[in-house]
Amino acid sequence: MLDVFNNVFTPSNVQFMAKGMALTLTLSVSVVIISIIFGTILALLRTYEKRFLGRLAGVYIEVFRNTPLLLWVLVCCFMIPYGSIVMRGGLALALYTSAVLAEIVRGGLNSIAEGQFEAAKSQGFTLIQTLTFIVLPQCFKRIIPSLLSQVITTIKDTSFLQVVAIPEYTRSGFVVMGRYTTTPEVFMIFSVLALGYFVVCFSLSCVVRSYQKRTETAS
Amino acid sequence: MKSSNPFALWRWEKMFGEWQMFGEGFLRTIEVAALALILAVVLGVIFGVISTSNNKVMRGIARVYVEFFQNTPLVIQVFFMYNGLAIAGLRLSVFAIGVLGVGIYHGAYVSEVVKTGITSISVGQVEAAKSQGFTYIQYMRYVILPQTIKIILPPLTNQAVNLIKNTSVLAMISGFDLMYMADSWASSSLDYGPSYVFAGLLYFMLCFPLATWARKYEERLKRNDIARVPFDPSEEAVTC
Repeated sequence: MLDVFNNVFTPSNVQFMAKGMALTLTLSVSVVIISIIFGTILALLRTYEKRFLGRLAGVYIEVFRNTPLLLWVLVCCFMIPYGSIVMRGGLALALYTSAVLAEIVRGGLNSIAEGQFEAAKSQGFTLIQTLTFIVLPQCFKRIIPSLLSQVITTIKDTSFLQVVAIPEYTRSGFVVMGRYTTTPEVFMIFSVLALGYFVVCFSLSCVVRSYQKRTETAS
Repeated sequence: MKSSNPFALWRWEKMFGEWQMFGEGFLRTIEVAALALILAVVLGVIFGVISTSNNKVMRGIARVYVEFFQNTPLVIQVFFMYNGLAIAGLRLSVFAIGVLGVGIYHGAYVSEVVKTGITSISVGQVEAAKSQGFTYIQYMRYVILPQTIKIILPPLTNQAVNLIKNTSVLAMISGFDLMYMADSWASSSLDYGPSYVFAGLLYFMLCFPLATWARKYEERLKRNDIARVPFDPSEEAVTC
């Protein structure tokens, strides 16, 4: 057992997989930030703009929510001639996640009473001011649990990028695995992979649960 | 001279000449998705019910199952079945891996959905059922689960949509599903445009009706809950 451990955890392997984990985390964070911004814009358009742009946002959301992520990874990586492969893979993930986040934000927007718009208007707020100072802060506060769950999903989804050889955590694990042939060694690398994701995702899901408990007892 | 546009007409013609390939992949995707969905619902109901039981060990087992499968990527789980188990001497067909991998993964999500549904039903009903001599299995079967179905249908349908989309993971282990067929057609003929558009359209055809139905159903449930007028027969008719 110790043999296997020493065989697998050589300094170069550990360093290689740590780099993979770093890329996974960087990708996840940037994708989530971009998607929150883009998703919020989409949700606002779909909820409050009933003409052309609102419809367009609706079509975008439905198209991306009802087709697999893998399709968009392949489309972005094989059909866009610009940028590095990591950027294209990240773009695919961001396009896809934006649509999911847009629906989450829309749920939050729908839960805000119409009267607040009238109240804000009567106080001389413009639409943009109403949204930024009154509606969106309440909306985000309500959707934090589903937002965080989606962050967990996004972290797991980055593993789809391994298919185009982006050296994120899963890919780095598979590359290392290619050099080993015995069952214990391969199983150990699989465990390391699963554990890496588990530690990150499970701690986030604990945050979600404690937050939900706190807001439940507060209200 | 043929146009070099990635979406040129001749590329589409060439692709539809090979439509059987896509048809086969589409059927494979539907088969895998249907069987995986059944497995996910069975596992989800079992573990969902277990996770609301009073037995600590049972609850612990359900917790471990849900946390493990929800917090590790499907890609790794599927590759473990494909590579890991094969090295250990257990060779599963890609079809079986698709059903088992996707089914077990989504079972964890369905279990959470079922659990939420069960806990949303008031404790009073459990006590009432117990006082009438119902056993645990009986009141779950006749009292609690029938009521939860209405509540959990929308999130369950959304899970079904995610499940269909996630069967595309099979493309990574050459599972001959729709995504694999589209990708291999794209890379052998270099007609990426039509191939991906067509595959996307087929996935959309499967998922969009389900997703739309779930949204409409949920909106109707919410409207009925908020604006329930006690003696309005038309409202009652909508709920049934």
